[in-house]
Amino acid sequence: MQDHSGANVLARLVPDSASIKLTRGLNLKLLGSAPLVRLDLPVAATFAVRPMDVPGLESIPRLLHQVGDSVLAGDPVLASKVNPEVVFSSPVSGAIVEVRRGPKRAITEVVIEPSRQLDFRAFRKPSLSSRDQMLETLLGSGAWTLLRQRPFNTFADPAVTPRDIFVSCFDSAPLAPDTGFLLQGREEAFLAGLRALRTLTSGEVHLGVAPHSSDLFRWADSARVHTFDGPHPAGAVGVQIHHIAPIAKGHVVWTIKPQDVAIIGTLVTEGIFDARRTVAFTGPQLKRTGYVDTRLGAAVAPFLGGNLKSERVRLISGNVLTGKIIPPSGHLGHFDDQVTVIEEGDQPEFLGWLFPSYPRPTLSRTFLSYFLPNREYAVNSNPHGEQRAFVMTGEYERVVPMDLYPQHLLKAILFRDFDQMEGLGIYEVVEEDLALCEFACTSKQPVQRILREGLDWMRGEA
Amino acid sequence: MKVIRGLLDQAKPHFTKGGKLEKFHYAYDAFETFLFVPGETTTEGTHIKDGIDLKRTMFTVVVALLPCLLFGIWNVGHQHYAATGEFAALSSGFVEKLLFGLLVVLPMLAVSYGVGLTIEFAFAIFRDHPVNEGFLVSGILIPLIMPPTVPLWMIGLATAFAVVIGKEAFGGTGMNILNVALVARVFLFFAYPPYMAGDAVWVAGDPSRFVDGYSGATPLAVAYSGGLTALDQSYSLENLFWGVIPGSIGETSVVAIGLGALLLIVTGIGSWRIMGSVIAGAAATALLFQVTGIQPYSGVPPHYHLLMGSVLFAAVFMATDPATAAQTQPGKYVYGLLIGITGMIIRVLNPAYPEGWMLAILLLNVFAPLIDHWFISANMKRRNARALQ
Repeated sequence: MQDHSGANVLARLVPDSASIKLTRGLNLKLLGSAPLVRLDLPVAATFAVRPMDVPGLESIPRLLHQVGDSVLAGDPVLASKVNPEVVFSSPVSGAIVEVRRGPKRAITEVVIEPSRQLDFRAFRKPSLSSRDQMLETLLGSGAWTLLRQRPFNTFADPAVTPRDIFVSCFDSAPLAPDTGFLLQGREEAFLAGLRALRTLTSGEVHLGVAPHSSDLFRWADSARVHTFDGPHPAGAVGVQIHHIAPIAKGHVVWTIKPQDVAIIGTLVTEGIFDARRTVAFTGPQLKRTGYVDTRLGAAVAPFLGGNLKSERVRLISGNVLTGKIIPPSGHLGHFDDQVTVIEEGDQPEFLGWLFPSYPRPTLSRTFLSYFLPNREYAVNSNPHGEQRAFVMTGEYERVVPMDLYPQHLLKAILFRDFDQMEGLGIYEVVEEDLALCEFACTSKQPVQRILREGLDWMRGEA
Repeated sequence: MKVIRGLLDQAKPHFTKGGKLEKFHYAYDAFETFLFVPGETTTEGTHIKDGIDLKRTMFTVVVALLPCLLFGIWNVGHQHYAATGEFAALSSGFVEKLLFGLLVVLPMLAVSYGVGLTIEFAFAIFRDHPVNEGFLVSGILIPLIMPPTVPLWMIGLATAFAVVIGKEAFGGTGMNILNVALVARVFLFFAYPPYMAGDAVWVAGDPSRFVDGYSGATPLAVAYSGGLTALDQSYSLENLFWGVIPGSIGETSVVAIGLGALLLIVTGIGSWRIMGSVIAGAAATALLFQVTGIQPYSGVPPHYHLLMGSVLFAAVFMATDPATAAQTQPGKYVYGLLIGITGMIIRVLNPAYPEGWMLAILLLNVFAPLIDHWFISANMKRRNARALQ
């Protein structure tokens, strides 16, 4: 096999750089992992476009259609008011049936009922040598919203040429799906997507893989492959960026998830916005777990009906560390390829801080559980304690494999100390990179909220 | 359990918004959350959280202090009956010694917890914040670092001073700059020096009943004036190790402190980095003094220095207070080493202060933010350098 540069592709089986060994972090082991099987389930009754999932666009986007309008898959549904060329498109063909709004009448979901047959809007297939054509197709099809920009994890600004583009090709979060399995059958689309991304950056497309990742990623002819060996958050793209080429002040990089690379690949090779998403249904409160082939923004109800172990459950689009709560009538988040169902921890526990009445995952050696690292837990949403001022130290560092002082960064955010926030690395991190700190925190501090406040504040200043 | 839950639920309406005792709701919360971890659920961020909380953390430290407390109670009795000559042998009069010690130590504990928790609750109510668990540890530490002869009113006064000025003035547990228990001790040390130093304060009981010629001098005092030769005549290495010597209530026994240290290190609640570096700094400095032959303490080797006085107790329980120690991992080594070095210098070279750890730790508490600043600045410099590339 020869790639387009003429070099033997097999040479690519050796990663570009030596394996990067990360020691800090934690693999949270929960019950309810998804076996590598595709569940055959009815098609979702509705799909939703969810603009609020993209930070930086939340200033209410403009609705381009009315309830009752018919749309094709790939038809724009919403347009950003700040950057009108950034649009959200319908993942399916069908009719718009509802516009759901949240606080301040902001649009949270545009709900679309799919037609029986999937009809695509046709887009121009861009030339790999023309960045302008690539931008036009990506923006026009709505696939653009699958890209995210760092710092701040906001939407990708089409006016910017990013230094590099990063794709984490493994997910180390609790119960996370197997990325190789998610891409099964779409390998060519994934590789085509990488070639398309290559035209968008002045630098490189970097892939972060695990030692046991699918060989697919090593066949990528237009990207550099880096192996990360370590516990969660080794799979968080921010951690990988930190070790490959950190984001300094003034740098802009983009990130994208592997399935979305495949969506872009199909778009550029076939000219259609084929928003396929394979989603892992996981969690201790599901009777049956596994993978489901569906599309972006699918309603979760058909996958959960009759499959819940109890009524007192929490549905999470995403994983237990960073996901969002969704109602039973809710839809998948814009970037999510996982649904987790856990028990609500709404039961008081007599002297629970002293004598825990059921095992729980922990980083603290005051629990016997710590010494049983392979045990899997039926977790719930109880915080196991009340919020307190920062007291303990060194806890956050244990779960952040970066040259970073997370607690000092958070304090700098609380003080609104611009120079310290910058110096301590606020450009390098987003919520998912520090989510484990929030899990491990003795003082139950809202780490992700504080960080988001800091990120929004810095973005406002810039 | 159901009865307790019922009583709590019955009382709860009074403390909720609009209730008669609304102002006291954080006081009620403190009791309720002590008995029951609330059935609330996470609303943002991570959906699941670690089982550890501040209650469990502080409770672990209290458990780690229990060997020192129990041994201290017995030793207060033993030192008393050894001085009176009634039960001079170690094995005799166990019950009497225990009872005597209990009568001395329990009232001190009661005063320390009573005064401290009252102030904590008052601040929680008036400043409308939850009661923090930090004083659970301070409350037991304060009596353990006092001579057994300190009057109860002094314990109360010192505790009040430490909690108000040392902690609440800065915003409560986690915000304080100085170790709360050491603030209590340093307050008494400078306000009432005759009660805190000298040969007469380390053995409880009526001195007129002590046998003739009983000095009550601590090993430190003996070694200070007579060097190793005098020390060997008065106290065996074995006695120093087991802690059958006069001194502050909880600080004498290496075995009891070691048990506590073991628990803190195994559970990860206490920083082994700090403990180890304090001991290393102290031992190295003591060795330097021994080798250079600096008087006093002539010829006293490092391992004697570690067994005497309060260095080990300070290293394990005082220097490791996370709120007042250095917060960066490399900073912890520097912080500990400097405590060890400074404390030993004060002990050996400064005739005005018989022991150095209280002052060394308070000094380094003040400098801890500066130590962290070095490491944090270095981190910021590395990052800013990347921006210029």
